[in-house]
Amino acid sequence: MHQTTYHRPSSVDEAASLFAKGSDAKYLAGGHTLIPVMKQRLASPSDVIDLGKIKELIGVEATGDGIVVKSATTHYDVASSETVRKAIPALAYLASLIGDPAVRHRGTIGGSLANNDPAADYPAAVLALGAIVKTNKRSISADDFFKGLFSTALEDGEIITAVSFPVQAKAGYAKFNHPASRFALTGVFVAKTPAGDVRVAATGASQSGVMRVGAIEAALKANWSAGAIDAVKISADGLLNDIHGTADYRANLVKVMAQRAVQAAG
Amino acid sequence: MSTVKLTVNGKAVSADVEDRTLLVHLLRDHLNLTGTHVGCDTSQCGACVVHIDGRAVKSCTVLAGQAAGSSVTTIEGIAKGDELHPMQAAFRDNHGLQCGYCTPGMIMSAIDIVHRHSGQLDEETVRQELEGNICRCTGYHNIVKAVLDAAGRMKVAQAAE
Repeated sequence: MHQTTYHRPSSVDEAASLFAKGSDAKYLAGGHTLIPVMKQRLASPSDVIDLGKIKELIGVEATGDGIVVKSATTHYDVASSETVRKAIPALAYLASLIGDPAVRHRGTIGGSLANNDPAADYPAAVLALGAIVKTNKRSISADDFFKGLFSTALEDGEIITAVSFPVQAKAGYAKFNHPASRFALTGVFVAKTPAGDVRVAATGASQSGVMRVGAIEAALKANWSAGAIDAVKISADGLLNDIHGTADYRANLVKVMAQRAVQAAG
Repeated sequence: MSTVKLTVNGKAVSADVEDRTLLVHLLRDHLNLTGTHVGCDTSQCGACVVHIDGRAVKSCTVLAGQAAGSSVTTIEGIAKGDELHPMQAAFRDNHGLQCGYCTPGMIMSAIDIVHRHSGQLDEETVRQELEGNICRCTGYHNIVKAVLDAAGRMKVAQAAE
């Protein structure tokens, strides 16, 4: 790892001003992506600005029609939060599948979203649930937030402060995980809104990161059941094709995981 | 360079380290607590697991500065004098180790598992919960037996306190 300067601000404003002063600063939340990448010397930030101890960024709150998960809340705290379990059990379940217990004690929702790894779990929940990503500057809808592989709508220096999840009528997640890394070989999150609309998001499948799956959404809107997905055809075009699985294999996984997610959602 | 102050195994410590220093290197190289091991250095194997403020974490993926102000417990800090921690005793009695390289991390993870499940554990849960700790000798069988054994012992020890 190259030399760097570590900072621990106590507020979001202080963090943003430290970032602006650094020549090539990076934010650190749980550190479970940035530190490995720094060890590989794929990143060598001049300054590392730790958001993990900023009190205003930690915790879960129930709102009238949803929940707000603040950005430096760890996967473990989301998975074990009674508020999350009660309002959106599928979200707590998703958090409980990330990495391993020690990783879940450090990794955060904000870090996962800002990184937007194409095989990360949280992007699927944020996109399917129609969440709002809140930053120190604005609110960004899930549909506008994800911009492809490791790319988001976040501007340089912008900090995710919270994610606001609406409670949907039904929600479920199913993941076929890579047995070594526990990333999603493919994971699918399904949600049915109170108005009857359906949103389905797949992670780990597309070369462009998390994606909506329109064909499955249409099938589930007509008939919310695992069987309704049987006849859906998923194209392998643009899907990831690597040593872990071919594009055709992933296309099939999108269907199978969607069916399991519907069964989990009930 | 920064001065990092934290509590390790109940004692206040202070060390002048480069900002890029990992917690595991602070423990091993600066505090001579070499019980915590570096296995893969990629957050996969779990040989470096310690507790920060009571939670099991991989100390190869935490900067020393991130642990400043926290209370860290390592494998050296769990026995009471000559009396092994119930998890250590259970690993010995159940032959839960062979080469011993993964053992410190296994034991620190296992104590965290027992705490999080309030001692209510079955074999399947233990196997799932140990997914972040890799052992290349034992085939895990005796490790799982040891954790289940220790869960019972820790309950008894807690009841006695």
